[in-house]
Amino acid sequence: MTRAMKEKILSIVPDATIEEKAFLTVSVPPISFHNLAVRLKNDKDLQFDYLVCMTGMDWGETLGVIYHLRSTTLKHEIVLRQETADRENPELPSVSDVWATANFNEREVFGFFGIRFINHPDMRRLFLRNDWVGYPFRKDYNTDPEINPVRLESEVNEDIVPTVELTESGELEEKVHTIFEDDEYVVNIGPQHPATHGVLRFRVSLEGEIVKKVDVNCGYIHRGIEKMCESLTYPQTLALTDRLDYLSAHMNRHALCMCIEEAMGIEVPERVKYIRTIMDELTRISSHILFYSTFCMDLGGLTAFLYGFRDREKILDMLEETCGGRLIQNYNCIGGVMADIHPNLVKRIKDFIKYLPPMLKEYHGLFTGNIIAQQRMKHIGILSREDAISYGVTGPSGRGSGWACDVRKIHPYGVYDKVDFNEVLYTEGDTFSRYMVRMDEIVESLHILEQLVDNIPAGDYAVKTKPIIKLPEGQYFKSVEAARGEFGVFIESHGDKYPYRLKFRSPGLPLVSVVDLLASHNKIADLIAIGGSLDYVVPDIDR
Amino acid sequence: MKEPKIKSMKYEDFKDNEYLEQLRANGTDIIVGNLDDLINWGRSNSVWPLTFATSCCGIEFMAVGAARYDFARFGFEVTRASPRQADVIIVAGTIVHKMAPVLKRLYDQMADPKYVIAMGGCAISGGPFKKSYHVVKGVNQILPVDVYIPGCPPRPESLLYGMLQLQRKIKMEKFLGGRNRQEDPNSNEE
Ligand code: SF4
Repeated sequence: MTRAMKEKILSIVPDATIEEKAFLTVSVPPISFHNLAVRLKNDKDLQFDYLVCMTGMDWGETLGVIYHLRSTTLKHEIVLRQETADRENPELPSVSDVWATANFNEREVFGFFGIRFINHPDMRRLFLRNDWVGYPFRKDYNTDPEINPVRLESEVNEDIVPTVELTESGELEEKVHTIFEDDEYVVNIGPQHPATHGVLRFRVSLEGEIVKKVDVNCGYIHRGIEKMCESLTYPQTLALTDRLDYLSAHMNRHALCMCIEEAMGIEVPERVKYIRTIMDELTRISSHILFYSTFCMDLGGLTAFLYGFRDREKILDMLEETCGGRLIQNYNCIGGVMADIHPNLVKRIKDFIKYLPPMLKEYHGLFTGNIIAQQRMKHIGILSREDAISYGVTGPSGRGSGWACDVRKIHPYGVYDKVDFNEVLYTEGDTFSRYMVRMDEIVESLHILEQLVDNIPAGDYAVKTKPIIKLPEGQYFKSVEAARGEFGVFIESHGDKYPYRLKFRSPGLPLVSVVDLLASHNKIADLIAIGGSLDYVVPDIDR
Repeated sequence: MKEPKIKSMKYEDFKDNEYLEQLRANGTDIIVGNLDDLINWGRSNSVWPLTFATSCCGIEFMAVGAARYDFARFGFEVTRASPRQADVIIVAGTIVHKMAPVLKRLYDQMADPKYVIAMGGCAISGGPFKKSYHVVKGVNQILPVDVYIPGCPPRPESLLYGMLQLQRKIKMEKFLGGRNRQEDPNSNEE
């Protein structure tokens, strides 16, 4: 397979360099990059239709981008890379017309590294203010707070955005692209709005009650976690992962631990795998219950909110007893977990498995069957399977569109290969199916817990590691199924005790990038329902 | 000195708080003082928070609002989505550069008398993100803060404790007899 793939790629781009690492890594000259991307996606033997992760890089001499691609049908993976030596005016070809998820990712890379993407429709910074000085992720960025003080006046929103386009004669031309026309009626929602689930901001153009277009503005909680990690040792970086998507705190940390362990070549004890999997599932249940609570509240059901939080507290009690933290557990560590499980845990989980199903019935009785709720959810905000893949919408939202994207099934980690569970799939792709996927996943998670809780093997809860860890030179990528989708960790190590570059593939960013697609031509009230059903967590989008 | 009474918790159970004594250091008028007490009794038992949360601490804030911890017991339950109707803004979560102007504006839109609670390490000092290029190192650079609640995230109990401290402060304030709120760090009227 690899050989055939290599030959194919070389036949498309003869001057590509191919290395065989953990993934096949292809360095492509920028001039032929777009051509190759189109072929990779459309060729029937390759079918790379899912852009998993896109990482901007500063290698000192050059700036570049790394792409992780996966084929949803043929299941193979590949890594592409392109770079430019021009640090003053770096320009690379855009692939946002090939994979829709590249649109937001390229804007992110532009904001952080200053690489402009040719033929990208909207070259604004995604997270930072437009008047931000410098590109913070470059290695030579000046961190002096005098240069970028805390400004207390808001920036001006432009309706016209700059782009760079390649004309037919092969010249680059600066152009502008209009987002909102002068006579459009634009309403601002957020960043402080109870229905945006955090500090997300939409600018919505309306025609009467119908949404014409949504312009998503992120960055109101951009904390620069990836950049901070570059000056932290590996064990220190762990603490920040919990604070990305705090409702999947445990899974996020699991991903980073696994990635580091794989790079170090540590095999964790069986007991650790069991404990981690159990904790992952508990976190998933608590996150889905919170989804139920807040989603119902968005649609006007306040009682559901109280019910959900009541039951969620039971999980938090268990987590607290074993991990010490309620919301943010800080439990995984490199080589295992921080402490052994509490003696009560097994019993508590068993009680909980008995306790929850009647409550779920109550949830459904309270909300799911309600005729008003159904009318607000069914056939609203339909996401097709193709769009889900192209935008990289994973997790329950992707599975609501019929895309089997569960990482637990594709690349089993922990002990997911030993347990039996169904991947919940709905094919309608509307708000209601996204809601139902989560509700059914709670049941599946209970089922997983049931199989694991009695069989936790004896043994160590961690392998000893040194406090200073140096990863061998190389690139590592690992992903897990967090409560909202595929959470990936990419590490490039240059052999130091700090990562050279650490990138988190956030499940949230693709989720907000489809809001425009789903909400257009619907009523403005549906925007709230659609946003709620996507269930993004904003600090995870902004990182 | 007069001791502020809180129904749900004994005076001795609170940690020392010298600041409260300063609020009425010079004593008050009998009539105005009693009137103040009456007004403050009402005010302190119906403090309406703004629904404002940026990140992780916000989830704990929601948990305090929900069934188990239930801040309705202390009169905090009316969370308002509009700053015009809120009395207190609980800054739950990290404030970053891009958010700072928005937070300032929210605060400015609130009607006096208004209070600020900084919840969690991030709001107090930048917390775990102190070294970041994009995080405001404490909301007290932008707003005058009344109560700081440390933790990452603070437990619901500590949030409740902080809220009760705010009630004590409100009880001791002079409502009619002069202004005694902390000054805005950004105003330069000195
Ligand atoms: S203090 Fe901790 S829990 Fe609170 S917002 Fe900051 S990182 Fe999150």
